[in-house]
Amino acid sequence: MSIRLTIISQIQQVAAEQKKTLAPLADDLPLLETGLDSLCFAILVARLEDATGADPFTTADGARFPNTLGELIAFYEHVAA
Amino acid sequence: MSQPEPLSLADLLGAAAGFGRAIGTMGASLPLDHFSDATSLGGRLDRLEGRSVILLAGDQLQTAAALIELDGWARRIVLCPPDLEARHLVAVAREAAADAIVYDAQGLPPQGIDFAVVAPCSLPLRPRSGTLARRRATEWVLLTSGTTGDPKMVIHTLATLIGAISPDSAGAPTRNWATFYDIRRYGGLQILLRAIAGRGSLTLRGAGETVDDFLIRAGAAGVTHISGTPSHWRLVLMNRAARRIAPDYVRLSGEIADQAALDALSALYPRARVAHAYASTEAGVGFEVDDGRAGFPASFLGERNNGVAMRIVEGSLRIRSSRAALRYLGDDAPGLRDSEGFVDTGDMIEIHGDRCHFVGRRGGIINVGGAKVNPEEVEAVINLHPGVHASLVKARKNPITGALVAADVVLNEGVIEAATLKQEIVAACASRLAPHKVPALVRFVPSLAVTAGGKLARNG
Repeated sequence: MSIRLTIISQIQQVAAEQKKTLAPLADDLPLLETGLDSLCFAILVARLEDATGADPFTTADGARFPNTLGELIAFYEHVAA
Repeated sequence: MSQPEPLSLADLLGAAAGFGRAIGTMGASLPLDHFSDATSLGGRLDRLEGRSVILLAGDQLQTAAALIELDGWARRIVLCPPDLEARHLVAVAREAAADAIVYDAQGLPPQGIDFAVVAPCSLPLRPRSGTLARRRATEWVLLTSGTTGDPKMVIHTLATLIGAISPDSAGAPTRNWATFYDIRRYGGLQILLRAIAGRGSLTLRGAGETVDDFLIRAGAAGVTHISGTPSHWRLVLMNRAARRIAPDYVRLSGEIADQAALDALSALYPRARVAHAYASTEAGVGFEVDDGRAGFPASFLGERNNGVAMRIVEGSLRIRSSRAALRYLGDDAPGLRDSEGFVDTGDMIEIHGDRCHFVGRRGGIINVGGAKVNPEEVEAVINLHPGVHASLVKARKNPITGALVAADVVLNEGVIEAATLKQEIVAACASRLAPHKVPALVRFVPSLAVTAGGKLARNG
């Protein structure tokens, strides 16, 4: 599965588990408007680390944190590349 | 540094009156210049003199107003946190020998407890006649969330609370503060006191206010100094409104500050001094680190010339300080300090070279975005499942909330490791526990390590 699909499906799964309503997912959607809260993001990042073997939030060197869904996907694609 | 007595919040405010200062929150503001002849407590302020007062105001602004009016006037103020459960209030009032309560005038006072004075609090301030001579060294009682049972009640005075605060120097630019914290807990109270002791204003986050809206409001208020937990700051880093503020000073506390967050904040706010502070309700403000690195210099250990001494005993940080709390309230309360006056923080330290690093809480207490989780509480729920033999709940490091709850589960013999079983366990936890306590990751393991003493091995 591509990184994009992995991230989208994990977002949907976490939202379902945490009973959150997701906004329509698009690349320019700000992460804090997806409907996920801080705990959801924490779970998402942990699951993505298990799925992809990477945690760019910890390893990225002084980098800018992603603000939008598109930037989040690029954040993971960048470490996987 | 010792403070001249008597000193009250009103004295501190009076020293910088007339600057048009205010505490602002979403849609409301509390001017700070009017307390000499105005009140939030109607005609009841006179009757609160010398009393032990439960402060259960409606919001942060009411709380700030009542604190300013009661300090130096009441004998004791019990500052109730916003999430204090009604069932704990009876015990809190009893332990504090409370004979008065300040409550939100928009609601009803709590029932079932007798108070000699019941004082509704409301804003805006209303005119008051007469002058008050605030002469008492009021006891401040802060509550810390016990992991189970009633909250622990920690006694401070204004002197211990402001021990780490240095006054603004005369020529220095005005500091306008903001905090993500609630002022009804130690971390937020520190920022309220910094604002009151300074010459600037304070911006507080409204209940339910989004990070975007808060940042936009803080930017419009000209905030220069802003504090929050690393988890709060990670939300800022992921927010497009982050550049609506241009702070001189960014403070992280309440959780372990990791290098990635420190680096990202320094990159986002190149003008700002990015510092992480260590404080606890019991030990007070320990120290601040502003060299841009996670952890703290090993040279901080031992006696320092600022009245704070620190040592590591059996891996845990102990602090002796004039800023520490005086004691716990209550006849059966445990001692707060060891025989040499040190407070055991329970925060575990590892030393690598010349640097000390926090590695978590003793006893495995997990800190999820500033909220504490007792692993035994979660294990007890997991172990109720008929398929479960035993479980171990532990922290998993996380870059968003600092840590998450993870569970290793041993199944009974013959029970199949099915994905649906994991879902059942998680669902059982979700129905009985707060969301941050529910295991985010469940793993089936063949066995759990046990110590020589027969307990689950919690470290490592």
